[in-house]
Amino acid sequence: MDHRPQAWGRPRDDVYGAYDASYLQTTGPKTATQAPVVTGTSVIAIKFKDGVVMAADNLASYGSLARFTDVKRLRPFLSTSIVGFGGDVSDMQFLDRHLNELAIDEAYEHDHAETPSPSDDSTTTTQPPRGQLNAANLHKYLSKLMYRRRSDFDPLWNQILVAGLDSASKPFLASVDLRGTTFSSPSLATGFGAMLAQPIMRRFAATEEDAAKLTREQAVDVVKECMKVLFYRDARSLDRYSLAVVTKDGVELREDEQLEKQSWAFAERIRGYGTQTV
Amino acid sequence: MTSIGTGYDLANSIFSPDGRNFQVEYAVKAVENGGTSVGIRCKDGVVLAVEKLVTSKLLKPNANKRIATVDRHLGVVYSGMIPDGRHFIERARDEARSWRDTFKTPIATADLASRMGGYLQAYTLYQSVRPFGITAIVGGFDSTAELPVDGEVGSGPSVGAGGKVAGKTHGGPGLYMIEPSGLYWGYYGAATGKGRQAAKAELEKLDLGGPGGPALTLEEAVKEAARIIYVAHDDDKEFELEMTWISGSDGPTKGLHQEVPKALREEAERLAKKAQEDKVDE
Repeated sequence: MDHRPQAWGRPRDDVYGAYDASYLQTTGPKTATQAPVVTGTSVIAIKFKDGVVMAADNLASYGSLARFTDVKRLRPFLSTSIVGFGGDVSDMQFLDRHLNELAIDEAYEHDHAETPSPSDDSTTTTQPPRGQLNAANLHKYLSKLMYRRRSDFDPLWNQILVAGLDSASKPFLASVDLRGTTFSSPSLATGFGAMLAQPIMRRFAATEEDAAKLTREQAVDVVKECMKVLFYRDARSLDRYSLAVVTKDGVELREDEQLEKQSWAFAERIRGYGTQTV
Repeated sequence: MTSIGTGYDLANSIFSPDGRNFQVEYAVKAVENGGTSVGIRCKDGVVLAVEKLVTSKLLKPNANKRIATVDRHLGVVYSGMIPDGRHFIERARDEARSWRDTFKTPIATADLASRMGGYLQAYTLYQSVRPFGITAIVGGFDSTAELPVDGEVGSGPSVGAGGKVAGKTHGGPGLYMIEPSGLYWGYYGAATGKGRQAAKAELEKLDLGGPGGPALTLEEAVKEAARIIYVAHDDDKEFELEMTWISGSDGPTKGLHQEVPKALREEAERLAKKAQEDKVDE
């Protein structure tokens, strides 16, 4: 009998033949997430003179299957910023919980921020307490996090838009993706939206100056129009969506919007795919 | 203290023949020297207040907060040794975080009190440690609405969570006081520290435990808490009043533990001083 500790619990070679240790191999490439599984499609956002409007539909697809139809992909942070997630939904949940933890840490740091009293001047009370994370800080944090994860060859498979106000209380909008690439612009879109919605939004806000002329209503209308175009042409989209408006007064988030006034008349003129012969 | 010098007070984990742990009793003495802390559980929330004794003129006013936030819906105030209190808070935050990691939902006030009670009790058992020189008051508001699980993206099954009893309400305000021995009870109103006797006498006069629940509203409770701290205060020392509150999601703090707004605190202090003067006049 072999009494060496290495042999404890192993099938006896003399009875079962030589042990096949091949499954214990620990060498070889590391296989972290190599493709997203349950995914959300585009997130779009545009700045206006007092803040930012952001929208994303409520669909999480499993490949081409419209698997979950009430998924909220816009997440408020500290009621000062909004974070929109495209890409893998489980990675979004991880990030959401992580940001929640971050928000709780903020509550410790700024030991019990004072409750704004209703009598106070509304322009002063709604500012986040000095030193509290604003959207620009949050975006920087997320970009470092995403870059770190891609450098570990274990990326969080998301494209993220962060909207809110920067430290000068100016509207802030920026993106970060699974590679840690950051980008900022008066209007931004992830996924299919970058192709379909971005050109429409640029018509209204090509530059910061243009964006600073847009009213809130105009910005919301542009975003609604873009969501409609995305639903027309993106096969992984849904007609129910979430719409967030972030200003110095905080975040207004509506999570059950419905596309209005759709017109599919254009569809008849589309040629060049499917079973058509002409 | 006839038992001093008998040797039974030299360490934790040794009972005296008459069944006392002297180290714990000495810890209570440390609490009795600290500035008064008060907690009031009322109809729509909880108020915490502390008499922060000014130990030096070189300290910046209104800095060095004594009431701390744990998670977002819980507050802790304590009397006694401040470093012990700081450690208590650190531990409470760890407990609240690990609760969230495990259950993906905020810790209930009662659960936090239980965890912290157990933690303090462990410090009465071993030679190598001493008990906490604080009595802590933990206040919180557990959400009455059904909360989404942390990170939840959709609405889940429409039938809702299991085990629901129709018409039964959940959550609400909670107030617990934890002593150096690890003993904790839930209270309608709690007071500890130097002025606890006077404070308790005042708390007992309030309508906190009526048959239909407490009648006192949050704003009234803020004013009472300020008045009680002033009543319990020993006149010849300077102090600052620090107050926080927690309401439900439909109240002024929206379920968060926050500092009472400056205007309301100053109003409460003005009324407290007036009540003091009226009493002197009588």
